[in-house]
Amino acid sequence: MSEEINDGNKMKKKAAEDIEDTEITVQEQFQARSHWQLMWLEFKNHRLALGGIVVLLVMYLSAIFAGFLTPYNPNERFAQYQNIAPQMIRVTDEDGFRSPYVYGVTGERDPRTLAMVYTIDEDVKKPVEFFYRGEDTYEFWGLFETDLKLFGIEDGHIFLFGTDGLGRDVFSRTIHGARLSLTIGLVGIVISVVLGLFFGGISGYMGGVTDNIIQRLVEFTLAIPKIPLWMGLGAALPDEWSVIQVYFAIVVILSLTGWVTMARVVRGQILSIREQDFVKAARAAGASSRRIITRHLLPNCMSYILVNLTLAIPGMILGETALSFLGLGLRPPAVSWGVLLQQAQNVRAVAEYPWYFIPGIFVIVAVLAFNFVGDGLRDAADPYH
Amino acid sequence: MVNYIIRRTLIMIPMIVFITIVSFLIITLPPGSYIDTYLASLQRMGGQVEQERAEAIKARYGLDDPVYVQYWNWVRGFPYGRLGMVFSEDRPVIDVIAERLPYTVLISSLTLLFTWIFAIPIGIYSAVKQYSAGDYLFTFFGFLGVSIPNFLLALVIMFMGLRYFGVNLSGLMPARYMGEPWNLEKIMQVAQRIWVPIIVVGTAGMAGLIRVMRGEMLDQLRQPYIQMARSKGVSEIKVIIKYAARIAINPLISTIGWLLPQLISGGMIAGIVLGLPTLGPKLYDALMIQDMYLAGSIIMISIILVLVGTLLSDILLAIVDPRIRYD
Amino acid sequence: MQQTPTTKFGDKGRDKFMNGKNTLLEVKNLRTYFDNKEGLAKAVDGVDFEVEKGETLGVVGESGCGKSVTSLSIMNLVPQPRGRIESGEILFHSNGEVVDIASYPPHSKKMREIRKTYLAMIFQDPMSSLSPVYTIGSQIMEGIQLRHNVSKKDARQRAVEMIQRVGISPAEQRIDDYPYQLSGGMNQRAMIAVALASNPSLLIADEPTTALDVTVEAQILDLMMELQEEYRMSILFITHDLDVIGEMTDRVIVMYTGKVVEIGSVQDIFYNPLHPYTQGLLKSIPKIGRHKELSPIRGSVPQIYNLPDHCHFAPRCPERMDICTSEDPPVFNVGENQQAKCWLYDEKGGDR
Repeated sequence: MSEEINDGNKMKKKAAEDIEDTEITVQEQFQARSHWQLMWLEFKNHRLALGGIVVLLVMYLSAIFAGFLTPYNPNERFAQYQNIAPQMIRVTDEDGFRSPYVYGVTGERDPRTLAMVYTIDEDVKKPVEFFYRGEDTYEFWGLFETDLKLFGIEDGHIFLFGTDGLGRDVFSRTIHGARLSLTIGLVGIVISVVLGLFFGGISGYMGGVTDNIIQRLVEFTLAIPKIPLWMGLGAALPDEWSVIQVYFAIVVILSLTGWVTMARVVRGQILSIREQDFVKAARAAGASSRRIITRHLLPNCMSYILVNLTLAIPGMILGETALSFLGLGLRPPAVSWGVLLQQAQNVRAVAEYPWYFIPGIFVIVAVLAFNFVGDGLRDAADPYH
Repeated sequence: MVNYIIRRTLIMIPMIVFITIVSFLIITLPPGSYIDTYLASLQRMGGQVEQERAEAIKARYGLDDPVYVQYWNWVRGFPYGRLGMVFSEDRPVIDVIAERLPYTVLISSLTLLFTWIFAIPIGIYSAVKQYSAGDYLFTFFGFLGVSIPNFLLALVIMFMGLRYFGVNLSGLMPARYMGEPWNLEKIMQVAQRIWVPIIVVGTAGMAGLIRVMRGEMLDQLRQPYIQMARSKGVSEIKVIIKYAARIAINPLISTIGWLLPQLISGGMIAGIVLGLPTLGPKLYDALMIQDMYLAGSIIMISIILVLVGTLLSDILLAIVDPRIRYD
Repeated sequence: MQQTPTTKFGDKGRDKFMNGKNTLLEVKNLRTYFDNKEGLAKAVDGVDFEVEKGETLGVVGESGCGKSVTSLSIMNLVPQPRGRIESGEILFHSNGEVVDIASYPPHSKKMREIRKTYLAMIFQDPMSSLSPVYTIGSQIMEGIQLRHNVSKKDARQRAVEMIQRVGISPAEQRIDDYPYQLSGGMNQRAMIAVALASNPSLLIADEPTTALDVTVEAQILDLMMELQEEYRMSILFITHDLDVIGEMTDRVIVMYTGKVVEIGSVQDIFYNPLHPYTQGLLKSIPKIGRHKELSPIRGSVPQIYNLPDHCHFAPRCPERMDICTSEDPPVFNVGENQQAKCWLYDEKGGDR
């Protein structure tokens, strides 16, 4: 624009060209971003949600690499170390910094009460070794067997979160517990989504009698209060079932109420989108049903479904935890956060060994993270807010 | 309106029949029966298994009958107020429910009151002061509230009570007051402990309520009639309460009916942990020992309460919102 | 033609024939900004104009040009917390007293006093501008009772009269109707009744007929003109509809991207538009009997976060000169009562 143009006519011509230029740039700006990109742009600004993503990533990764991250097998008992308080990894001593170590713990049986009494022996410093190969072996997802651990102690033991009444390492159990606790929500949600998409989809798309029948079914399922239903069904699981069987049974119980909500969301979305002008326009333009469903209905539902499922996962995690806690869900030897919290059922025990609560903190953090992510997605999915 | 209520009530009758069937199915799902569980536990404890006595009990309660006969025996007593027998206590189910229902309703209604009294003003505040520090703070605590499992919060409070104050907060009153007639001392004891379940169950519900109220308020505050009211010179507090909150609260009023079933099922898990004399722990016990008529009756009542509650909600909504008319 | 540059809109009109005596409202260098996620939106950016007693001033422009925000600023009801009056004065004259509306906090007692005594506003969507849960009668009575210290019975009596006056009948029965029971046009009448119940000096009408059918629109406009005579009030009439402007107003303000680009009498604006934007607007309305092709303004309104430097209209302007993109155009007086913010009217002009 800095060029000097003296001729008036020329200038006007140039102006006209510029107008076309602006039109093109304006169009580019508006079209270049897809719905998902816009959602991501919004989502990025939600700090809590981003934090939630990071926390969840860390949690799922540690569930995957639980065998490597934890020093012991979750069900291994150290009979001589019962109810030991969490040990701190220390990096300083009277001489300043040094490589990480823990104090030794010695146990003695109280001659009067016959209970074990543990004292921390500050003179014994046991160095923590990294990439340690101990006597414990584990199978890495059935692929290969290895004894490589992230950390361990050559002589003696390390219990970061203490031990339970049977002398099992709470840290190893908690990290392993994530496997069941965190996947139950995912598997449950997959079942809910599949059922919900299917029933909600046909309900919304077909309408009429089909819609009516499905809607009555949905209403009835919604009318059953969750907790008594879960408890009733949980109690019905036969004692002799294996961990895997119980696991899937619990998933099914939890999804029983989950799919209904999903079906409602999907149906509501389809009904409202179906009536929207852009779908009518597509139909008027001669687009096939298939094109309308794949290009218009589904992408528009997807973000809502994503939000709803993210917000449904924490409910399932809490459900499993509560059921297992009550002894109606997963049961030992399965290790889940709910199962671990069973030990906290007795308040007197907890008052003495507060570290029994540690798996509970993991539950709260995981659920909180899911809620934050869901909230971030909800804000991002709704461009008008 | 009257027609509408009558029609809705009539539709409920087949629903209730269906509900009794479903409830019965749920409790008969586990293999075996009360007597098997009972014998098994006797055996575990090294007790003598009196085969004859077991057979006698089985015959008396008809536990060997086909399922549909058992179902029929159960439901045909309903018109006479009979819900079957509690095997473990050898007395009518209705007695156990009558004994525990008042406590259940008392605790739940106080919880609801607590939730509403705090959630509504907080929701309004968060909307009016959107994105303020207070709004963020309440939102964060709200999230925390829904993320902490009820039973865990109950445990933590009990743990704190025991560890730092040396008080045992389980139950609604010390055991020695159980069955005693009500007097001031007993009431004081109950008052000292009843806040625990109220807070435990209340915090979880409050977060959701705050969010809904906040969202509804934000929607209403964007409406043109708010600006119209302001342009008339109506004071801001009146604009918020008389105009925005008055409409924002409608969807919440419609959920009041939904709260009815919560009177029974809301604090179930916390009730179990806290050892409250409510129906929740009783359902749990009944399920564990397959005391089927007791468990079935409690499940059935909670489902029926949902239906009644929904109807109540719809009627309430029609009352508060002049736009809604059922004909 | 005599042309003299001035610094702001409005000076001339007042000095010339009113001498300030008949001025009701003066808006001086008003800036209303919004802190949006996308950045700072200067919705109103240095606007000057005034409203005389008893006149109807039209404000016209495309969507997003700042018309509505200007009107909300005058009511001091800019949506919070994102929006705020950044600077400028909104001087309101009443009983020889002058108050600066922009200097009061939006929810202060004084501001409420001004609103309930002197100002009233009617909105675009009649269906959502009345609370759905109160009867129209109670919403009219509220205004009356806020303004005058009268009993409920008297307020109701006056509300019945108002309802009658705006043409809703039978008034005694309709007074207890809820807004959802009335049609759109009837609701608009009810809203006018609510607004006029307090007998305001200035009525701000923000696109009051945009949501209505054409026949209903005509009725409502007639009603407004009648009531203006009767109540001797001024009206600030905001619309994007040039036909309505032509019918209703005495003077017109043309706005573009938060700035006033032209002010003139309604005749001047229609028969002798100065600013290329005004000319463009007029060329883009269809007229019966005119067989020339319509020529819409090329391009589209720039995004508010990304305005061109200097003259904001320059990229779309068919008359653009170099100076338009290098220096801000001042306001030029052209003729009797017309002003435009455009370099074309620079007397040193020529083809710069």
